[in-house]
Amino acid sequence: MTADRARIIRLGVAFALLIAAVYVFGWYIPQFYEQGTTYLWAEALYIGVAAMGLNLLTGYNGQVSIGHGAFFGLGMYTTAILMQSHDWSFTETLPVVAALSFGVGVLVGFPALRVKGLYLALVTLGLAVLFPQLTNRFVPHDLCKTCGTSQVGELRRVKLLPPSWTPTFIKHPDQWAYYATLTIAVIGIVALFLIVRSRFGRALIAVRDHEAAAETVGINVARVKVIAFATSALYAGVAGSCFVLVKRLATASSVSVFQLSIEFLVAVVIGGTATVVGPLVGGIIVVFSGRWISESFPSTILFWHINDSVKNLLSPAIFGIGLILLMYVLPDGIVGGGRRIVNSRLRSLRRGKTSPAST
Amino acid sequence: MSALLEVSELRAGYGAVRVLQGIDFSVEAGEVVVILGANGAGKTTTLRAISGMIDATGQAVFVGRPIIGRRPEQIAAAGIAHVPQGRGTIVDLTVDDNLRIGAYQRRDSEIASDIDRWYTTFPRLKERHAQQAGSMSGGEQQMLAIARALMARPKLVLLDEPSLGLAPLITQELFRTLGELNRADGISMLIVEQNAGLALKLASRGYVLETGTIVISGSATDLAGNDDVRRAYLGI
Repeated sequence: MTADRARIIRLGVAFALLIAAVYVFGWYIPQFYEQGTTYLWAEALYIGVAAMGLNLLTGYNGQVSIGHGAFFGLGMYTTAILMQSHDWSFTETLPVVAALSFGVGVLVGFPALRVKGLYLALVTLGLAVLFPQLTNRFVPHDLCKTCGTSQVGELRRVKLLPPSWTPTFIKHPDQWAYYATLTIAVIGIVALFLIVRSRFGRALIAVRDHEAAAETVGINVARVKVIAFATSALYAGVAGSCFVLVKRLATASSVSVFQLSIEFLVAVVIGGTATVVGPLVGGIIVVFSGRWISESFPSTILFWHINDSVKNLLSPAIFGIGLILLMYVLPDGIVGGGRRIVNSRLRSLRRGKTSPAST
Repeated sequence: MSALLEVSELRAGYGAVRVLQGIDFSVEAGEVVVILGANGAGKTTTLRAISGMIDATGQAVFVGRPIIGRRPEQIAAAGIAHVPQGRGTIVDLTVDDNLRIGAYQRRDSEIASDIDRWYTTFPRLKERHAQQAGSMSGGEQQMLAIARALMARPKLVLLDEPSLGLAPLITQELFRTLGELNRADGISMLIVEQNAGLALKLASRGYVLETGTIVISGSATDLAGNDDVRRAYLGI
């Protein structure tokens, strides 16, 4: 009976959180925030989508990648080029991006089978370094006459307007970019939830925890690893498509691709490895932390006047210190750690109430 | 009728190091066979070679089909379940999910009823069905590893030192359960063990492995009465 009650409490809390999330993300942010912030929220969502995919690979399957910015870039350029040069709509590009990044993920996943841990991280780093060179070589330079590089420049405004089939409360390009990314994030999270609870999800965890035991129960370890790699590439690629809608361009430098790859990993770890919603929480923190930190600075500390350049220097330092503290207090991330604390509270509550009666 | 598993001239090793120097043994259907041996004799290597986890040469015929050179998942599908040394439970999955993973290759509708069936054999697992496997004791994890192997409905179970790291009483209970599984459910087993006393009581036949070669073979009672075996493995 008490186990049922704990279950009801947990379901109730989950349901309340869901309603609150639907209201805040589905209505409040796109309708009442100023445009600039709506874009930032969309950015947090697509970082979260890429992090969800990386979490499937790193959190659930134990393969570390610091090169997923390359798959993100692949999706970004595919969508941008199809929209800019071939007059496709954003939604039309998505199936192509999904198939393409999954396919490239399979191709990269096979050689990745040979290496593990730190060595795999280095191989994927190679991807992140290689990708901007590929765009330099193969993306036609006339896609952006003003940039003079291999960028796909500012998309035409008509391409960014919400399509005619969207509901009327989506009026502005920023709202369309936001809702499109939100929809993809919701689909991504539901799919992830179903994947990790499926037979394949159990196989992912088995391969991570004990490869030999996974083999003995008949799991094809190589196939599971390659599919995990390709699925995570698909998530990163589709997240890259959203980037085009939000930032209105496609661009890749060796710095930005590497930085994105690290941001995905940071989002996974902050939110909680091997949790379903963790990476999304991590994405929000990665995108907003800089802003929250610099906004919360006082203008003077004792006799030290804090101007903008000092702020710009200090915010990453404070983010770094915050990251260290978080890993110290909640090594399993915000969602992972939160769940652990709630579960142990529920357990002690149950034990405290039932022990006199049941024993 | 030919043997369930017929192994001859099995050679295997790691890299340039050859551990098994060509060994012959067999397991009949419904039989428990034990391979005794000291550390480094090649016991674990034998089981790994049979389940396809390491490369091997020689012949191993399982229900009439050669299995050397096949991949681990193909050998598992053929009906060999391996309980690896150190148990190999998936520590982050629940007990329930560990059992489901044991049925990974099955597509039938009786997986849930099989889980219930092994819960009656191992009631301790039922009590902990929603718990993470890693939070259980060594003995419980060994039970789980065996139950998980049985979930595949194997024709032969390979057990790698099931007594390793377990308290004597727990080990006795474990071997009693293995005996019941063999008698009541007719499950064939190939066990490698250092704990010769208990293993020889359970098994009908046995082999003694020394530095990659089988030096003695015979019925369990013969082995238990053999002076060399008694000195080396029974400490009498």
